[in-house]
Amino acid sequence: MTRRDLLKSMAAAAAVSAAEAAFPGIVFPAQDKAAPAGGGPPAPALPNDPNLAWKKTPCRFCGVGCGLLVGISNGRAVAVKGDPASPVNRGLACVKGYHSVMALYGKDRLTRAMVRKDGKLVPVPMKEALDLVASKMAETIKSHGKDAVAMYGSGQWTIPDGYVASKFMKGAIGTNNLEGNARLCMASAVTGFMTSFGLDEPMGCYEDIDHADVFVLWGNNMAEMHPVLFSRLLERRLKNPDVKIIDLATRWTRTSMAADRSILFKPQTDLAIANAICHEIIRNDWVHAGFVRDHVSFHEGKTNIGYGLEDKFTFKDEPKTVGFERYRELLGDYTVEKVEALSGVPARELRYLASLYGDPKKKVMSLWCMGFNQHTRGTWINNLVYNIHLLVGKIATPGNSPFSLTGQPSACGTVREVGTLTQRLPHGDVTEEKARKLAAEIWGVPVERIAPKPTYHTVEMFRAVDRGDIRFLWIQVTNPMVTMPKLRRYRDGLKKDDRFIVVSDVYPTPTTDVADVILPAACWIEREGMFGNSERRTQHWDRLLPPPGEAMSDTWQIIEVARRMGFEKLFPWPEATHIPEIWKEYTRFQAGPEHEMAPYDELRRRPGVIWPFVNGKETKWRYNGQYDPAAKGAFDFYGKPDRRAWIWFRPYEAPPEVPDAQYPFWLNTGRVLEHWHTGSLTRRIPVLHQAVPAAYVELHPTDAQRLGIANGQRVRLTSRRGALVLPAQIDGRARPPEGQVFVPFFDEALLINELTLDAFCPISGQPDYKKCAVKVERA
Amino acid sequence: MLRRGAPMPIKSYLAYPVSGRLDELAAALRRLPGCEVIPAVNRDLLVLVTDSPDEAAEAALGLELAEVPALQALALVAGLGDAAIDPAPPISSARHSSGGRS
Repeated sequence: MTRRDLLKSMAAAAAVSAAEAAFPGIVFPAQDKAAPAGGGPPAPALPNDPNLAWKKTPCRFCGVGCGLLVGISNGRAVAVKGDPASPVNRGLACVKGYHSVMALYGKDRLTRAMVRKDGKLVPVPMKEALDLVASKMAETIKSHGKDAVAMYGSGQWTIPDGYVASKFMKGAIGTNNLEGNARLCMASAVTGFMTSFGLDEPMGCYEDIDHADVFVLWGNNMAEMHPVLFSRLLERRLKNPDVKIIDLATRWTRTSMAADRSILFKPQTDLAIANAICHEIIRNDWVHAGFVRDHVSFHEGKTNIGYGLEDKFTFKDEPKTVGFERYRELLGDYTVEKVEALSGVPARELRYLASLYGDPKKKVMSLWCMGFNQHTRGTWINNLVYNIHLLVGKIATPGNSPFSLTGQPSACGTVREVGTLTQRLPHGDVTEEKARKLAAEIWGVPVERIAPKPTYHTVEMFRAVDRGDIRFLWIQVTNPMVTMPKLRRYRDGLKKDDRFIVVSDVYPTPTTDVADVILPAACWIEREGMFGNSERRTQHWDRLLPPPGEAMSDTWQIIEVARRMGFEKLFPWPEATHIPEIWKEYTRFQAGPEHEMAPYDELRRRPGVIWPFVNGKETKWRYNGQYDPAAKGAFDFYGKPDRRAWIWFRPYEAPPEVPDAQYPFWLNTGRVLEHWHTGSLTRRIPVLHQAVPAAYVELHPTDAQRLGIANGQRVRLTSRRGALVLPAQIDGRARPPEGQVFVPFFDEALLINELTLDAFCPISGQPDYKKCAVKVERA
Repeated sequence: MLRRGAPMPIKSYLAYPVSGRLDELAAALRRLPGCEVIPAVNRDLLVLVTDSPDEAAEAALGLELAEVPALQALALVAGLGDAAIDPAPPISSARHSSGGRS
């Protein structure tokens, strides 16, 4: 493939993406004959080139987990196409995926280690930097105790990265000060699954899309955040005109434009809407009585549970088992009329939603992501959508699927499955003696070394750094100095004199700005690894390129430091084979029909494998005896002691900060199609940067007119925590309702998290980035 | 700021036909030098990718495009040159000014 061919395919992909943005639902024919016709950008035209070798890898970006083929020529990645063999994307890719390899070649790649000396970062040999990291970590443990050191990774960690991080922190050092940025994006999904089913991750898979009649998107702008998966919804509807897509959201987006019906609700009232749907299902006698009788139990928990705004906040729920009648009684406050008054959604729309779920002839898929999870009642709203599906028995069968989407490529595979969260081990929680014993046995450490109590979730971890309870923090593959809410406090905390901050990354970021040591990291296909996507699919890729300079994989950085600290025996693997050997050790944790992982050779051979992988077969629908070898009987929710799925009564509770006379607007934050998270990769890809070069604030035209603000004019946003000036966007790609503004967070020059609030869900610890109060003025 | 490639010989556009003349537009564009066409399946719109050897040829192509009777409007989406494949760090001039540690 020539350079010009690549440029032409990139230009075509950009235009197709632009067309899709302007006209959701538009379909272009696939250019690659191996790819199916359908939505999404065409695969690039691919001339024959004897030097071009195509290698498989999952995409580096979102949690959909598209399979890509990367063209390597003369030691350089020069082309990308969707992998036609991947069941996820079937040969398609989005605009980020098509341009992904360009993120490897930014001219400011970190290729040498840097150490701060006399206030300035200076280059040093990698060996010297690793020596310093190990000695500082050991010194901090000696002087302040093992809980004074911490590690903060991400859902972009590969599975081996996360595994060695867990073994290092929990098995070697003996602290539970290990967190991942997935705490900021899907912790509420985890606690939702755990409280409703006792086991994490969806029961269904993407194949549900091919069977569903109705898609209800709850606060989920799939057209921009999961574009390839959204194209599968559109394709399903194109071939089956009776299929309906319902967009239930707080802001009108490209997804709303493509949907059959757009329903806008007031922030936080999704809690009430879900309860109203359940109330209506019961009122109309649409409950699947047999399913509920045999497979469901009813529960209630604490209410008025707080928001975590104060340091060292703790919460413990007290579940109480109740009967169906008690549940029905509690739902009495959620008639459609009452919820119309609260949510702004007309009663007829609420009845319509309930009728879709209640119709026994329709298969329904609910999809959600950050709208649910970044929510001060995130666990509750996850529970509530399961309640709906459980009441009507629409779960764990093809096309009937409550489906929690993830944002990052391995939030599931690494953070959730390996368990790089304070409370988790690779199998089970640190609080469970059985789980600690299993970990001690596999790791070859005394069980007493594995601490039985969780320490800090992410917000509390950064608070602990600010207070000085944590003195040493090693950050890998994430950029918290852009993403933390109420950012100023946490940035000031990391900059304090007696804190030691290590950052492993690919490019300079606001987080490397506050580092004492920067370790240059190998990026994606510059090392071997595995990711796990939203549908329990584990995907492997080989090392396809050498990393630049002294850049090193995160896995190997941790191993190097661990060995320097005297833990050689726990990390004995040769560099050439460490990934398969780590995989072999890690999968011992998941042995058994509930979570069996595919062998290494199988992963290398296939475009991903869904777990549980039992006797050579993927389990596409868990808890359903027809598909799941762990299930006994027709349905078996074996994650719970009573082998039932739990319906929880969870009430509506208001958020901690609402608009008032001084700060009269809601502020909502999020992402855009073209940029991945904080933009440290995608803003170095000129095509993507050109498409959306800077952050902006979306305003409703009526608000803009009232405030005398024209499109592009500078607007000052002020919250109780900070202020920011940025250009207005009026009726651009989306429109917030009156009284609400939206700002994307990808722009490190315009840090919207200076304004956001660090309130979180008391059960999951996940902050709410979708709701706080701001003042809006023309600047 | 984004560093733009110069020259920028490859461009992509959204091309809108005069009502009811999509097929005619696609055929006319395919006849022009260096033009590739991807029509949408379900909407009267097509993607046009142009590949010109130099700026003069690109200017000449522009004049020919303007004469296509079935073409109602062209919207430029991307213009790429050699710099596009060898990206500079576009964000370096707009780094947050919070500063590092001292």
